Amino acid sequence: MRELSSGPGRMLVFVYGVFAVAATGRSAIQLGTEAGNAPFAYTLSLVAAVIYLVATTCLLLGGPTAWRVAVGACVVELVGVLSIGVLSYVDTALFPDKTVWSHFGQGYAFLPLVLPFLGLAWLRSTAPGRTGAIGA
Amino acid sequence: MNDWITGAVYVLGAVIALWSLVLVVRDELAQDRTFALLAIAEVVLLVQLVVGCILLAGTDRDVSGVLFVSYLVGIALALPIGAFWSLAERTRSGTGVLAIAALTVLALEVRLADIWSGGFGA
Repeated sequence: MRELSSGPGRMLVFVYGVFAVAATGRSAIQLGTEAGNAPFAYTLSLVAAVIYLVATTCLLLGGPTAWRVAVGACVVELVGVLSIGVLSYVDTALFPDKTVWSHFGQGYAFLPLVLPFLGLAWLRSTAPGRTGAIGA
Repeated sequence: MNDWITGAVYVLGAVIALWSLVLVVRDELAQDRTFALLAIAEVVLLVQLVVGCILLAGTDRDVSGVLFVSYLVGIALALPIGAFWSLAERTRSGTGVLAIAALTVLALEVRLADIWSGGFGA
């Protein structure tokens, strides 16, 4: 089995790491300074932060267990960005302030929408049992 | 913010990003010259950190201090972390990490300028 953080995975870890830091910082500042303004949106920012942290950690750790957890994190991430993306357009009252996933991650150049697909594609090609699938 | 520093960060970030992408396309590894440029950019970012804090202390603008300083620090960390992460694997993907790190700096710099001019919403 190929290392999750080698090859293309190395770039993926870096991007996930950036988003983990960005989302954590964002939710910490939002919840720390103005939690009352948009509790739902800020809690979602925190959820996003945790997902990104889990995904980054699993990619760094590698191994079958981390692989499975990473798949779970990416699926939750995908469902999250899609549902929050739709919800932020439909029910604007619910979002007085933005989250990482508002409008499908518009504030982050739509990378939050692309990232779970890249993550799942990478995990698919590194699935336990598949050896040297992409010329390792 | 100081326009000279902001301009320098944009130019250096864009040059490093483009240079790294060219290397990725040609399947060449980043050499000392690339890392020397990274070092120059990092010096500018550290100067920006110091100057930014001084300006923040002296300004009467409505700037979110915590947010501003966290961006100043974050943007100064992107290149060193990217460089070490890239050097740990001397492959095409490792070079790609340099490009992503430089693009991260550009994105953060845009937000930094935004925060300084009073915009909010990390």
